[in-house]
Amino acid sequence: MKGGQAIIKSLIDQGADIVFGYPGGQLLPLYDMIYDSDLKHILVRHEQCAAHAADGYARASGKVGVCIATSGPGATNLITGIATANMDSAPVMAIAGQVPTHLIGNDAFQEVDMIGITIPITKHNFQPGNANEIPGMIKSGFEIALSGRPGPVVIDLPKDIQEQELDEYRAESMELPGYKPNLKGHPLQIKKAAQAIKKAKKPVILSGGGVIISGASPEIKELSELINAPVTTTLLGKGSFSEDRPGSMGMLGMHGRKVANITVDECDCLVAVGCRFSDRTTGNIAEFAKNARIIHIDVDPAEIGKNVEVAVPIVGDAKTVLQQLMPLLKKNEAIDNKKWFDYVCEFKTSCIPRLSFENDVPLKPQQVIKEIMNAVDNETILTTDVGQNQMWMAHFYRTQKPRKFISSGGLGTMGFGFPSAIGAKVALPENDVVSVCGDGGFLMVCQDLATVKEYDIPVVVCVLDNRYLGMVAQWQKLFYDERMSHTHLGEVPDFVKLAEAFGVRAERVEKPGETQEALKNAIKSGEPTLLDIIIDPDEILPMVPPGCGLTEIIGEYKVERERPGEITYKNPAKKAEGD
Amino acid sequence: MDERTHIISALVEHKPGVLQRVAGLFNRRGFNIDTITVGESEKEGLARMTIIAQGDDKVLEQITKQLNKLVDVIKVRDLEMESTVKRELCLIKVHAPQEKVRSEVIQYASIFRGRIIDVSPETLTVEITGDPEKIQALIDLLKNFGIKELARTGPTAISRGTKTI
Repeated sequence: MKGGQAIIKSLIDQGADIVFGYPGGQLLPLYDMIYDSDLKHILVRHEQCAAHAADGYARASGKVGVCIATSGPGATNLITGIATANMDSAPVMAIAGQVPTHLIGNDAFQEVDMIGITIPITKHNFQPGNANEIPGMIKSGFEIALSGRPGPVVIDLPKDIQEQELDEYRAESMELPGYKPNLKGHPLQIKKAAQAIKKAKKPVILSGGGVIISGASPEIKELSELINAPVTTTLLGKGSFSEDRPGSMGMLGMHGRKVANITVDECDCLVAVGCRFSDRTTGNIAEFAKNARIIHIDVDPAEIGKNVEVAVPIVGDAKTVLQQLMPLLKKNEAIDNKKWFDYVCEFKTSCIPRLSFENDVPLKPQQVIKEIMNAVDNETILTTDVGQNQMWMAHFYRTQKPRKFISSGGLGTMGFGFPSAIGAKVALPENDVVSVCGDGGFLMVCQDLATVKEYDIPVVVCVLDNRYLGMVAQWQKLFYDERMSHTHLGEVPDFVKLAEAFGVRAERVEKPGETQEALKNAIKSGEPTLLDIIIDPDEILPMVPPGCGLTEIIGEYKVERERPGEITYKNPAKKAEGD
Repeated sequence: MDERTHIISALVEHKPGVLQRVAGLFNRRGFNIDTITVGESEKEGLARMTIIAQGDDKVLEQITKQLNKLVDVIKVRDLEMESTVKRELCLIKVHAPQEKVRSEVIQYASIFRGRIIDVSPETLTVEITGDPEKIQALIDLLKNFGIKELARTGPTAISRGTKTI
């Protein structure tokens, strides 16, 4: 067996039923071996899409997503995708070709120091020194990518190693004495957390992406019911707690729901699970949950105390820790914060964002999202791009189940939405997959329309087309005296014609009611489809300016039903500063 | 901000690239590494790094946590200054062409428990081991004669008593 064959066998043995890749010179031996192997391979049209597709595959399925690219430029094209996966803790394995061992360091043709480049953006990376190391390396790579706080692993694969004969195929994990994630929470800390929760009168749960990764959604629901705590989520936590439940407050943060932002400000105990308190979630850190004792549960010790001061830190896996914690809360007298819970629910009904704009043309994004919600079911996987489209979706779209809302949170990678939808669809072909993108982000990756056509991957792309880099334009409008520097994208392309050039079904949507119909038809068609949805470029999502506390929401917060005077919130905001 | 000197001792896998991974973490958070020493440890296949860095306690806590996350890092500890012994080796090539200067250099070296390890018609090379402050004191003295070349290893450190990392 040769090194390349060992790669293929190891990937299959680890359960990687499909990989996303793009061949090249230094991968000729591996691709020659893929040619008559059982490994399913999807040829993308840009390496960046291979990485994002692997990421989407991973987030939708919870399994490791694998992408392959050649050395040099192929490898560097993976970088954005690897960094995206790293920021959002997605288990991705990226295999990059490398020049033959004897040429490494010589600035050979298509050589790049992939190990050096990816150190800061991977969980770990490997370069096999001989082919015998490959089976163990892939096995350990998968274990590292998936366990603890998941993340990307890079395998830098020199050409000669792909061709080298193995003495023996031995798939034993490598000895890694420095890697032992701590999953069980410390009993003393859990006791302290239980005490803090019992004392609380106004508890709130903040549920992050870690809850989804650890499969702790049932525990979050149970905890919420047990202590009468309303639940808000981070962007990546969307879906960890059904947003159709009365106790769901939706997303927290810069573009969070009003009820979430104000309730977190008011609560006296914040149980934060599997989140990292990013600046987009907390706003001004000095103002964040300032009345609350914060209990922070996270599997990554480095996240504890990094951004906010915590009263009770617990290092451990979300599900495990919550299962340890709940029996302690059930002991002795029952917790009753029903009044608080009802008060928050009441407040929530007073500020449910308005979605219906039945008469507006150009379309309001709220109306489009309402129609998307009407057209899909709760098994549909939604992926978003980055910018206004993402925040509109995060704010207005109600996700009911884990792994059904996929978005680039930490890195904020434009061009993520479409290829991650490809990955999600490939991972879960039974689920409908809809990608909501902006016109800017979609254009960055539009070449992969070829991929969905060639492999007949029936994803539906909804391009929210306002001809602007909407989010940047929003900031220019709000904070830069409406000086719209280079954010207007002009009249080209015609997205319908663009899709049709790839043989992809496409339709333009301009009026209320059409999105729902077009999307239903697209899903029913079983074909990849692009919907070019023309939306109002002037619509702004209310936001908390950078540097401000979460209650300082600016912009008109349009609600379904307003009952003024019940709850006051601070407005207007301070002058924006910093980022 | 509570800026002070930290001595970080890390037990790491003795293989290529580990130094780069460790140094990168400091660099990214704007921490300057004053000195770093690496060498074999008591365990086969593992090396011990001693890193001296100045900085804010909170940032350093974050760095040690991030270091701990590296797969190649086995253990990390921010050593307590008071209960840590640290030693450094320094080689100093002194300009000493005249007999009078030579004997003075030799005298200073012996006061500091240093040794002359090389002699040429123009120079003497002094080897000294000790606390970094002691080494600095000798360097300051020898500066008067003219130091042609200086090489310091940077301190390596270990906890006092039975404590180990």
